[in-house]
Parts: sequence; structure tokens; C-alpha cells
Amino acid sequence: MTTLRRYIDKYRVGSTLTLLFLAIIWLLPTIGLFITSLREKTEAQTSGWWTAFTNFAEQNWTTIAYREMISGSNLGTSFISSLAVTIPATVLPLLFAAYAAYGFTFMRFKGREVYFSIIIGLLVVPLQAALVPVLKMFISFTEKTGIPLSGQFAAAWIVHATFAMPLAIYILRNYMSTIPVPLIEAARVDGAENFTIFWRLVFPMSIPALASFAIFQFLWVWNDYLIAFVFVGNEHPVLTYTLLSMLGQHSEGWQTVAAGSFISLSVPLFVFFSLQRYFVRGLTAGAVK
Amino acid sequence: MKDLFGAVEAIVLGILATMFLYWVGNLAVRNLPRRIKAALEPYVFIGPVLLIIGSFLVWPVFQSLRLSFMEEDLTGATTWVGLQNFKDLFDEEYFGTMIINNILWIAIVPIVTVIAGLAMAQFANNVGPRREKIFKSIFFMPMTISFVSAAVIWRYIYAYAPEGQDQVGLLNTIWTALGGVPQAWLQLQQFKINNLLLMVIFVWLNAGFSMVLLSAAIKSVPEDTLEAGRVDGASTRQIFFKIILPQIWPTALAVFITTVIGAMKIFDIVLAMTGGNYNTTVLAQTFFLEYFSYGNTGKAMAAVVLLMVAITPVMIYQIRHYKKMEASR
Repeated sequence: MTTLRRYIDKYRVGSTLTLLFLAIIWLLPTIGLFITSLREKTEAQTSGWWTAFTNFAEQNWTTIAYREMISGSNLGTSFISSLAVTIPATVLPLLFAAYAAYGFTFMRFKGREVYFSIIIGLLVVPLQAALVPVLKMFISFTEKTGIPLSGQFAAAWIVHATFAMPLAIYILRNYMSTIPVPLIEAARVDGAENFTIFWRLVFPMSIPALASFAIFQFLWVWNDYLIAFVFVGNEHPVLTYTLLSMLGQHSEGWQTVAAGSFISLSVPLFVFFSLQRYFVRGLTAGAVK
Repeated sequence: MKDLFGAVEAIVLGILATMFLYWVGNLAVRNLPRRIKAALEPYVFIGPVLLIIGSFLVWPVFQSLRLSFMEEDLTGATTWVGLQNFKDLFDEEYFGTMIINNILWIAIVPIVTVIAGLAMAQFANNVGPRREKIFKSIFFMPMTISFVSAAVIWRYIYAYAPEGQDQVGLLNTIWTALGGVPQAWLQLQQFKINNLLLMVIFVWLNAGFSMVLLSAAIKSVPEDTLEAGRVDGASTRQIFFKIILPQIWPTALAVFITTVIGAMKIFDIVLAMTGGNYNTTVLAQTFFLEYFSYGNTGKAMAAVVLLMVAITPVMIYQIRHYKKMEASR
């Protein structure tokens, strides 16, 4: 009895079992979807995915749902559209935010606290609050100049970049304020201008924070539905857009929607598993969105 | 593919343009007299951002506020109608349900998310680094999943087929195995069950976030305070509730507030799961429906203003909290 007791204590059996229980709950939904995406239509329609385990060998495992999704529907194009929205919307705000964060951290000027308080406040503003006027602004811009904007990727870039900026500035400022001030002072004494200090010293030192933010923003934009719906819409449907409209009319069966979901999940999952460390760091640095 | 090249082009052009902008800004101020330079230079750094945030975020928010007092006709011309839009919104049949739903989201979701994250963090802290890492990855993974994909996943779990037919939904299979009759869960309004099932999805997605922050806090609890507790003969439970919990309280509060904001703004899950039907509608979903489906700009803006009013106290709290943090730096 005592050996068993010691064994249980040593290997933390209680905690591990509790975690295992939670882990099953947390994993099961995604596993179910994954298995469904590899099943045949009739099987997916008539039996739950877990029955695939009881007759594992007799299951008609197939990747047909994936092939149908990529070639048959417009999911392939949507994948490209999602990339086309996400990459610039991730990269473009970085430099602006880094510059502003430098200003807020290392420069003294009137109203600095006020401006920064506004930025903190803007962190929690729901994007619905600005959506309609921005849309109207874009439409009247097109009317006046003839340059198409709403329905183009550029519209989504602008909106995503703007909405990302408060958080980006916040994270970067938090990070930059850990850079020792004497370092900056020494550079100033040596006659370096702010412009030089930023490019030579602060920007390179801030790369980890920039990376954390970039991962965060990438996932946020990739997974966004609202901005894509309003500003890009059905002219260049992104993955979330296509998936949601597929979900509304799943006559093709669960396995196709499941395959579509997994195609859209593949990118975030890849980003997550390869860059988990930075992702977690970014989260702890100030995720308040 | 063309789209992708467009994206790359935008990145290159965007970066070059921004660098040029800041370079010109620097050039413009560098040779000015010292005092003028000192006054202007900060604006070279923060000016562009203030301009962007001002024109695409702050100004539009005030426009939304203005539009909530306006009626818009088909040409886009607006006339002042005072509080009529708000009255119309209050008179809607769904208004009461919507407010109750929003309150339920705020009352239930943040607490459950914090407790789930706390449990995960505390247990994972106990099992050694290797197991900890694996479990944490599992809990954290849903954070990378979009609301739309989550909706696909969970609509499949809640799927319903009439009695006698094959059930493919996990919940109905468990339910019938326990002797129940198959239920159309998302349409089930008794005790707000369908709303609660939507909240489950939110917790599933966000518990990992809560866990990460709380885990970091638990790990930073000084070892000697724990040791002191052990020496005094405190049980594991006492150590957690009497020693660890008080020390990580600020973090728990921060997670709570962040989740409150998320729950207030909840929109995607409702849209993708029920479209706000079966009495599951919430403020942000109402905005979406009124504007994009019915074209009621005024009513949609009134819903947004209500959402803003609800969020303002949290906003003020955040700013105050930040100032306190700054002061103690």
C-alpha cells in the first residue's frame, strides 16, 4: 500500500489524470472534425465519427473531401485571398507602431500621457463602433476619385492596420521601456539623433516584441470574419467567408465542411506549433483585444 | 496568384513609403533651431500614427455616435431624429432578450474562463516540465482557431437528427445513450440552454489564454512563501487558496477584465452558430443584422452606441489601471 501511495505521489497521478480528463474534452472536438474530414460522404452522414474507431479497417478512409474542396470549390482561391489580406495587414502596421512606441518611450513632449491614455482606451473599443463610417468614407473616396477601394484588399489592409496599432504600440512600448535609458542617453551624448538611435539601436533590439506582435496579428487577421466580410466581401472571398457560406448550405455533407475547416486551420496550426514560444510571449505582453 | 503578388507588392511599397515618410520627416526637422526641433520632432515619430488612428478609428467612432441620432434615407442623406432610433431599438421584440443574453455572457463566461484557466495552470504546474508542455499545448491550441472553424466544429457536435434516425452529433449520442430523446440543442430555449452551449464554445477557445497568463503568475510566486506554508503544515489545498491565490489575484483580475470585454463584444460565435435566432441575439449581432441585412443605419448605430456605453467603464478602469502601473514603475 505504501509503495502504491509513493508511486502515486511520485508520478503526480492525481494531477495528471485531471489534466488528461480536461485534455480529452479540449481535444475531442477538433479530433472529431479531423476524422470526419477523412470519411466518405454516406458514412459521415449515417454514423458518428467515433464509430470509425470500432471498425477502423473497414472504414473507407479517403481524402476525396480535401480534393473536392481544393479543386471543386473556390476554397483554393480563398486561401490565396486570405494570404493576400493577412500578410500586408500584418507587416504594414509594424513600422508605424515601432516608430510611435519609440516616441512614447524615449521622447518628452506635451500631451504624451494624454495621447497614450487615449491609445490604452482604444484597445477595448469594439471595431463595430468604427465600421460603418469607415465604409462610408471608402465609398465616398471611390466616388470622388474613381479609385476602387471598398471590396479591394487595400481596404482591409487599412482597417486591420489601424485597428492593430493601439495594441502594437502598447506591446512595443512595454517592451521598449525595458531597454536601459542610460544606453539611449549615451548614444545621445555621442551626438546620435533620434532617427539614428531608432534605426541602429532600438528597432533591432525590439525584434522579439515585433515578432510576438506579428504572430498575434497574423492569426487575428487570418481568423477575422467581420472586416473581411465588410471590406472585401464576395469580390475576393477569404477562407472564413467561404467557410461560413458553406456552413449555411451543407448539402454536401459534414466531411466537406470539415475538410474546408482543416485547410483553413492548417496555417494557424503551423504558425502555432512552430512559433509557440513567441506567441505565448506576445500574449503575456499585453493581449487585451 | 495575382492576388499574392499584389500583396507582396503592397508590402514592399508600403515599407518603402513608410521609411521614406519618416526619412523626410527627420530631414525636415533636423536643421531647425534646437528649441523648435525639440518641439516638433516627437510628432515626426507619433504624428503619422495619430493621423491614422484619428481618421480611421477615433473620428469614425464619433461619426457612429452622430449617426445614432440620425435617420438615413436611401440616398444616404441624413436627418436628425433625436432619440427615435434608440426608442425603435427598445421597442423591438428582441430587445429584452438581447440585453439579458449580453448580461448572461458577461456574468458567466469570464468567471468560468478564469476558473478553467486557473485549474489548468495549477495542475499543469504540478506534473513536471515535459507533461506540462504537452498539456499546455493542448489547452492552448483552440486559441488559434477562428470563430468560423469553431462553429463548424461545434455545430457538428450539437448536430441533431429526429428520433429514430442516425445521430452524428456527439452531444445527442451521449444524451440518447443516457436515455434522453434527441434534442435540437441550438433551438432549445428552456433555461437558455442554447445560449449556454454557445458560451461553452467561447470558453473552449479562450481558456488557454487564461491558462497562459495565470500559469506565468503562479510560477512567479516566490518559493519561500510556499516553503513557509509547507513548514507550517499547510495542505496542498490550503497552499493554493491561502498562499498562491492571493498572490496571483491581480493577474486573475486582468484576465477577468479582458474576458469581460471579449464577452461584451461577442459576435462571431452567435453569427456562425445561430445567426441570432432562437433568442440568442446579442448587441454586436444586432448591429450586424440591422445594418447589413435590414439596412437600418440608425438602429444599428444605436446598438453600437449601447455597446460603447457598456464598455466605457471598463475602458476607464483600464486607463486608471495603466496609470497606477506607470506610477509604480
